[in-house]
Amino acid sequence: MTAPLVVFFVLAGLAVIGAVSLILQKHPIHSALSLIVVMVALAGLYLLLGAEFVAAVQIIVYGGAIMVLFVFVIMLLNAGIEEHTSISKMAAAPGLLLVVALAGFVAATIARSSDSIQATSQTGEMSSTLGISNMIFKEFVYPFELTSFLILVAVLGATVLAQREKS
Amino acid sequence: MNSFLATNAELVITVVKIGLLLFIVLTVNAYLTWFERKVVAHMQSRWGPHRTGPHGLLQPLADGLKFFFKEDPTPAGVDKFVYYLAPLLALALALTGIALIPFGPDPIRLLGHEIYLGIAPPDVNIGILALFAITAMGVYGVALAGWSSNSKYPLLGGLRSSAQMISYELALTMSVVGVLLMAGSFNLKKIIEAQAHHPEWGLLGWNVWPQILGFFCFFVAAVAETNRVPFDLPEAESELVAGFHTEYASFKFAMFFIAEYTSMITVSCLCSIMFFGGWLSPFPASWTLTHYLPSTILILFGLWVIWDGIRYETVFGRMVLPVLGTAITAAGAALILLPGVNTFIQGPFWLLSKILVFLFVYVWMRGTLPRFRYDQLMAFGWKLLLPLSIVNVIVTSFVILAKMTWGAK
Repeated sequence: MTAPLVVFFVLAGLAVIGAVSLILQKHPIHSALSLIVVMVALAGLYLLLGAEFVAAVQIIVYGGAIMVLFVFVIMLLNAGIEEHTSISKMAAAPGLLLVVALAGFVAATIARSSDSIQATSQTGEMSSTLGISNMIFKEFVYPFELTSFLILVAVLGATVLAQREKS
Repeated sequence: MNSFLATNAELVITVVKIGLLLFIVLTVNAYLTWFERKVVAHMQSRWGPHRTGPHGLLQPLADGLKFFFKEDPTPAGVDKFVYYLAPLLALALALTGIALIPFGPDPIRLLGHEIYLGIAPPDVNIGILALFAITAMGVYGVALAGWSSNSKYPLLGGLRSSAQMISYELALTMSVVGVLLMAGSFNLKKIIEAQAHHPEWGLLGWNVWPQILGFFCFFVAAVAETNRVPFDLPEAESELVAGFHTEYASFKFAMFFIAEYTSMITVSCLCSIMFFGGWLSPFPASWTLTHYLPSTILILFGLWVIWDGIRYETVFGRMVLPVLGTAITAAGAALILLPGVNTFIQGPFWLLSKILVFLFVYVWMRGTLPRFRYDQLMAFGWKLLLPLSIVNVIVTSFVILAKMTWGAK
């Protein structure tokens, strides 16, 4: 076991535990905290792959801004412990089927890859900030701008919805 | 044992550096409270702490002991896990932030190892981004403390804190883009080196002149991120008792306190590094006489401490202060006698001086400005700071583009 591999398993384990805990926790704040753990663990994995910029942005945007907003809303609404509802039998059967299918797919992918699992670091174009900005602003500039436009429309829509009651 | 040291030298050096930095930061934090109380007191025509030790210099020690020995009750109905997690998170993130700051340009060469001042290696590509990531996470300490206390005032404090963070983080990040464009790197060391292109310009080469707008936005947003006056709405002792840390006592309160002061130091470091040339001297490089400035200041200050100590009211002061003054004077004299050390000390000296100036500005603002009202806070962040920082980015990019297109080849 090399050091990066150990770090990988620790971070991957953290991410999985966080994701499971996100579903199992009773209180919304605890679920939000679990999601933050997942985000930070993912950022650590990106760092391990040599994608420093993506790792930092992952924490700033997801771990910082978006999750702060989640926590803010939960605190503002003062959401309590969630109530248990009886499990829907209709959803259970297809759900189970989907779980089995997903597990099979993951297992097949792992089995098919001939190399043993190891973290390979990216040193090429994708890893550096320069490479990423070249891709976003040269190669994929139109899809990127279109996405920005979409977000702008969403922001405007939210503002209109929020303003409607006043007028 | 020797082979362990030889193979893991980097690890050992880093651990020692972490211990040293932790000790220094905590001591500086303690004396920062003394400094703050003294300065604010003199601004309000009071004496400030002056009973515990000469000039109240032992006050931080007494406060520290008090934090340890006070009763530490846990209120009923708190969410235990989050309640204990919050101060830990605040402190850990604040201390991690300062680990990324480089404190000097040259490494100390010791037994074939190059030891840089500062814990993170100087070639961290994402230096400033990593710092922003850490400050972005820092809000959880405050917000979760407010929520988990199961009390109304802390909850309001936590809410305010997270709203304030969301509003000012954008302006904070946008305001440094100008500096990053000029330096072409996220690396803090490269940002400083980019300000040294004209060694003869001295302080005129610093980023603060072309980026004065960016500096204004950055400093205001950074003060807001550290929850200090005039942005201390999460604490707001006149409305919310003590805000988010109302229900925390003893050492858990001290952890919030240390976290706040540590982030003040980090912000001061960042301001000095990004806008005020970091460890660069404000004088042109050819003025070698300025190399004696640290020793001059130390000797004069030491002599003043001796003179003040001889006339001090208490016997304890008359005993301690002259000894302290002699030590400071001797340190200053030693710098003159050891030219190698003197040259090495230049960078850290200027960086520390700039940090001290910013810390003074922090305290100055606390002594001068009233707290913002909540709607003023929001309007200021969204309607002034954010547009200003975006304008700054656009103007800077156009100037750089123009220089690249028509500039001197």
